[in-house]
Amino acid sequence: MALIRSSSPHLHKASSTGEVMRLVILATLPGLAAMTFFFGWGTLINVVWAILLAVGFEAAIVRLRKRPLSFYLSDYSAVVTALLLGLALPPFAPWWVTVVGVFVAIVIAKHLYGGLGQNPFNPAMVAYALLLVSFPVAMTQWTVPFVLIDGGESWNVLGFTDTLAVIFSSVEPSFIDSYSGATPLDAMRHRSGLTTEEAWASVPVLAEGIGAWHAVSAAYFMGGIFLIYRKVFTIHTPMAVLLSLAFISSVFYALDPSSFADPFFHLTAGATMLGAFFIATDPVTSATSNRGKIYFGIGIGVLIYVIRSWGGYPDAVAFAVLLMNLSAPFIDQYTQPRSYGHSKPNRGFKGGA
Amino acid sequence: MSTPYSFHGGIHPPENKRQSTGLAVQLAPIPEQLTVPLSQHIGAPSETIVKVGDKVLKGQVISEAAGRISVNVHAPSSGVVTAIEARSVPHNSGMKAPCIVIDTDGKDEWIEHQGLDDYRAIPKQELIDVIRHAGISGMGGAGFPTDVKLHLGDDHIVNTLVINAMECEPYITADDMLLRERADEVVKGIEIIAHLLQPSHVIIGMEDNKPQAVRALEQAVVGTALNLDIVVVPTVYPSGGEKQLIKLLTGIEVPSGRIPADVGIVCQNVGTAAAIYEAVELGIPLISRIVTLTGEALGHPHNMRALIGTPLSVLLQAAELKEKALHRLVIGGPMMGFTVDSQSIPVIKTTNCVIAATYEEMPPAPPANPCIRCGMCEQVCPAELLPQQLYWFAKGKEFEKAKNHNLFDCIECGACTYVCPSNIPLVQYYRFAKAEIRTEEAEQRKSDHARIRFEARQARLENEKLEKEARRKQRAADAAKAQAVRKDKALQQPSETAGDTPAAELDLKALKTAAAVARTKLKKAQQALKNAQDKGLDGIDVLEKTVAELETKSATAQQAYDEAQNTPVADTAVDIKQLKTNAAVARTKLKQAEKALAKAEESGEGDIDGLKLRLSEQEVKTKTAQQAYDQAESGDVPASAPAVDIAELKAEMESMLGKVEKAKQALKVAEEAASPAVEKMKAGVEKLQAKYESAKAAFVEAEQNAKPQVSAAQLDDLRADMQAMQAKVDKAQKALETAEAAGSPAAEKMKAGVEKLRGKYSALCEEFTQAGGQLEEPVAEASPIDAKALKQQVSIMRTKLKKAKTALDLAEEQGSDVSDLQADFDRLTQLHDEAKAQFDAYESQQAAVAAAEGVDLKQLKIDAAMARAAVTKAERALSKAKEEAPDELPVIEQDLLAAQQKADKLNQTLSRFTD
Repeated sequence: MALIRSSSPHLHKASSTGEVMRLVILATLPGLAAMTFFFGWGTLINVVWAILLAVGFEAAIVRLRKRPLSFYLSDYSAVVTALLLGLALPPFAPWWVTVVGVFVAIVIAKHLYGGLGQNPFNPAMVAYALLLVSFPVAMTQWTVPFVLIDGGESWNVLGFTDTLAVIFSSVEPSFIDSYSGATPLDAMRHRSGLTTEEAWASVPVLAEGIGAWHAVSAAYFMGGIFLIYRKVFTIHTPMAVLLSLAFISSVFYALDPSSFADPFFHLTAGATMLGAFFIATDPVTSATSNRGKIYFGIGIGVLIYVIRSWGGYPDAVAFAVLLMNLSAPFIDQYTQPRSYGHSKPNRGFKGGA
Repeated sequence: MSTPYSFHGGIHPPENKRQSTGLAVQLAPIPEQLTVPLSQHIGAPSETIVKVGDKVLKGQVISEAAGRISVNVHAPSSGVVTAIEARSVPHNSGMKAPCIVIDTDGKDEWIEHQGLDDYRAIPKQELIDVIRHAGISGMGGAGFPTDVKLHLGDDHIVNTLVINAMECEPYITADDMLLRERADEVVKGIEIIAHLLQPSHVIIGMEDNKPQAVRALEQAVVGTALNLDIVVVPTVYPSGGEKQLIKLLTGIEVPSGRIPADVGIVCQNVGTAAAIYEAVELGIPLISRIVTLTGEALGHPHNMRALIGTPLSVLLQAAELKEKALHRLVIGGPMMGFTVDSQSIPVIKTTNCVIAATYEEMPPAPPANPCIRCGMCEQVCPAELLPQQLYWFAKGKEFEKAKNHNLFDCIECGACTYVCPSNIPLVQYYRFAKAEIRTEEAEQRKSDHARIRFEARQARLENEKLEKEARRKQRAADAAKAQAVRKDKALQQPSETAGDTPAAELDLKALKTAAAVARTKLKKAQQALKNAQDKGLDGIDVLEKTVAELETKSATAQQAYDEAQNTPVADTAVDIKQLKTNAAVARTKLKQAEKALAKAEESGEGDIDGLKLRLSEQEVKTKTAQQAYDQAESGDVPASAPAVDIAELKAEMESMLGKVEKAKQALKVAEEAASPAVEKMKAGVEKLQAKYESAKAAFVEAEQNAKPQVSAAQLDDLRADMQAMQAKVDKAQKALETAEAAGSPAAEKMKAGVEKLRGKYSALCEEFTQAGGQLEEPVAEASPIDAKALKQQVSIMRTKLKKAKTALDLAEEQGSDVSDLQADFDRLTQLHDEAKAQFDAYESQQAAVAAAEGVDLKQLKIDAAMARAAVTKAERALSKAKEEAPDELPVIEQDLLAAQQKADKLNQTLSRFTD
């Protein structure tokens, strides 16, 4: 047999992009389980529906771009995008919302920019932001956790077939109202003149239902720690997001505790944990060096707080991430690491940048 | 001892070291044929000193180091050199390189060799030479000549000697086995290196995956006097990289683009230390090394001590290669090694490992996915680069950005490629980018070089053009002068023939033309005659007569030309080039004539006698031309030679004097210190003194000889200097007078200045007279010729000449009678030439007059203008002073007066030279 010639190195670690993506999927499972446990079948149905759509769209566009189909599908990147979008959508989001969202994410935000690795914006967040702006009613209607229904005596979630009907029928059934309500962030935002203390005491979702969000956040946190342990991403981005958000909310909470929510609330409510560990860490669209990732994360943390506190939307992870995606190339220019043997790093737009 | 330091990144590939450590190092068999490459190291290839057919003994030098960075190559065993040719060598590119091929005789017969009894007793330089001659280059992989590194103590302060025993690449166990079996030799080698470099601290760095080697080494260093530490570090690839190792052991980073010695550290490999021990203590040159034979395609992986030049196939057979399973043959480690496609490739000094891998062991890399910028490469990069960014830049050919991201700090360790989940061959991209940048830079250098050369050429051509122009003008002026002189002579002595030398050249041309014209006319007439004869036309006799006449004319013209050519033109107009060309032309003609003669003789046709005659004539001509040329050349050379010699002699003499003085001083110091070398030094000083004397004598002699030979040009220079000086003196004198008249306080100083100038002037005068010139009063006044009229005359003549020429051409075209017109034209030409000559002569005379006064006309003009400006300024100051400071008025008035005087004077002078 002829000896092959190839350049070094001759060893490769047995890992692949697909494997990285599969690890991410694995890490979201606790969160998905928690969501399903507290909010019913909606999220699970959404996720599966979104994944089916994503694989379909991906296959179609890869075929359209005349690329090898199985090679590109096996990197699981479309699945991850759909999964993250499905987790972010309200559990009772109508089917067509998901269709629009996945189409925007896969076709527009990813492949029109050149496919995997070339997209400047996080596809799932582009889709989410577009849906939020376009269909505010459908996107702000959240499900109440089962603990708030009938005093939380039993697992009172909407049945699986009923949920399917809610999502896929065009007509909204009347019983849906008893299962939907505001999120804690919504409640805290539109508390009609109450102080935070009063809101905590009087609004049910804050007084009793907040535990569901704590549990979901804890699940995502676990998944994130798992991924850091498996070296899928470094600790820099999530740590920077969480610490900066905690810091800025502490400052304002310390200044005026009656009108600003406490840092723990900010860290555990809404999509903070999902965003910090699964959205902001998307390597394609974030800053590249470790130092850059820290700046990137700080930007996201601060923007989340600013938009939540003074912006027009109750949650802000999508906008914060998109705004920082926009700044990532700029951050990269100024955060090159100092290479071995150099007294200082090269910074700025040298070399015809 | 462990280390608190670490380097960034690193990976943990499967080690695969166990397979090859089960057996002690085996001695490889002596192969039938050894292939020894001339270049097994970084630097210049060595130079062969054996021939095909030579019998060589084991350890004999067969190829010598060529240049500073190069080492010897020795015969690894005894045998006969059977070929010196290009063969495949272990190299990334699979290239062929010159090798010495030795057919071994199996006797393994040593050349006489002996180690040093005590290497501490000999000078360090000699010890380093021993190591250099033993052909030792770095055995870790790169193969940098070791002796160069041992010199580093000369111009660097070496604090720390780092011994690299990391062996961080997977699979390789050669250093591990060496330490297990010969740790004491390694330590002795380290002692030799330490003796040469005198470091204050020696650190041996080892990975923690070699506990047996660590133990052996710890036992071996027990007795050593060195300040030595064995540092065991965690196993991380690439901790054995020189820069990473230094960071790991000392916390110091080697600055980018520098060498470790710049931060006081020298790195050596353990294998190199062992080789140094063998070379110094035993006198064994580097002719064998330990090679790890491993990989799943081998039934019996182990380490072997193999002769340099042994084909891999011999070693692989000894390790029971399973041919069918072999998929990839890697030399070096799996991370940085390279593949080879033939088993006939030899082992060289840097071959530390051969991996015979199966397909399953090292499968081809899967197709690359797109980069998702996951940053895993960045986390493992030991150079702290941003590999993913470099990848984008290399892929997009944005090389400037890649350079800005420190592409050239990449050590190509392959860690990034190893971890890349997208299986992108990153290192390959970096190699590509580096090669492109290097090519680009080389081309840039080349084009810069070409541009500089082009510019220099342009400047030279421009200069040549200017010089040519100047020469042409000079010639024209000379010719005009000559014509004028001739005319004068012709007027005085009408009978005398015009044969004035400078004009001869011109005449020659005219004569040549005349001869040619006569020949053409003759030919035409002959043709006409023939025509007439053929057709039986009338007037044949008339034509015959014409032909005869023309023949005479032609002959006369030719004769005149020949005469003119043979007249002493060559002597006077010493145009060596022309002479040379003449000589060459004559030679060519001679050859042609010879050829023609030979041809004629051969064929028995033609006018052989005539040809012979012509040949002999030509021979004479050639000889004359050659002689003339030789004469001219030999006559010309000595003119400039003495001057050069004198300068050289003088320089020599002066340097000799310096040496003598230095030596004397040294002697004095030595005497004071009562050094035992005083006697020797005294002798040296005397010798130098004698040398100086002889140099001085030579100089004086040369000077005396040279004096009378001062050329006319030099004389002219001197005269010009002298005259300029006189002008200066005059000027200064005048200024002094003015100053004295004005009662200026600077008068005293000026006086001194004038005195000084006078002194200079008289010195120049003296020099001039010495040089053989005759002092003469400068030409007082130029003859009052009306330049304008002359100029006008010339232009009128030129116009007339043009008209005549046109008329002549017209007439010739129409075939009418042109003889009158021709005569007219000739007359006009002469007139024009005369007028022109007069005008030129006048002009040059004027310039000469100006020069004689030591005044540059241009400078004079400028001076006059400046003086005028000074007057205006003074006037302005005066009017201003009238308004503002009436007390200063007299001073300013005086200034104005002086300025006016000066301006007037200058104007007068100027008007003298310009009409």
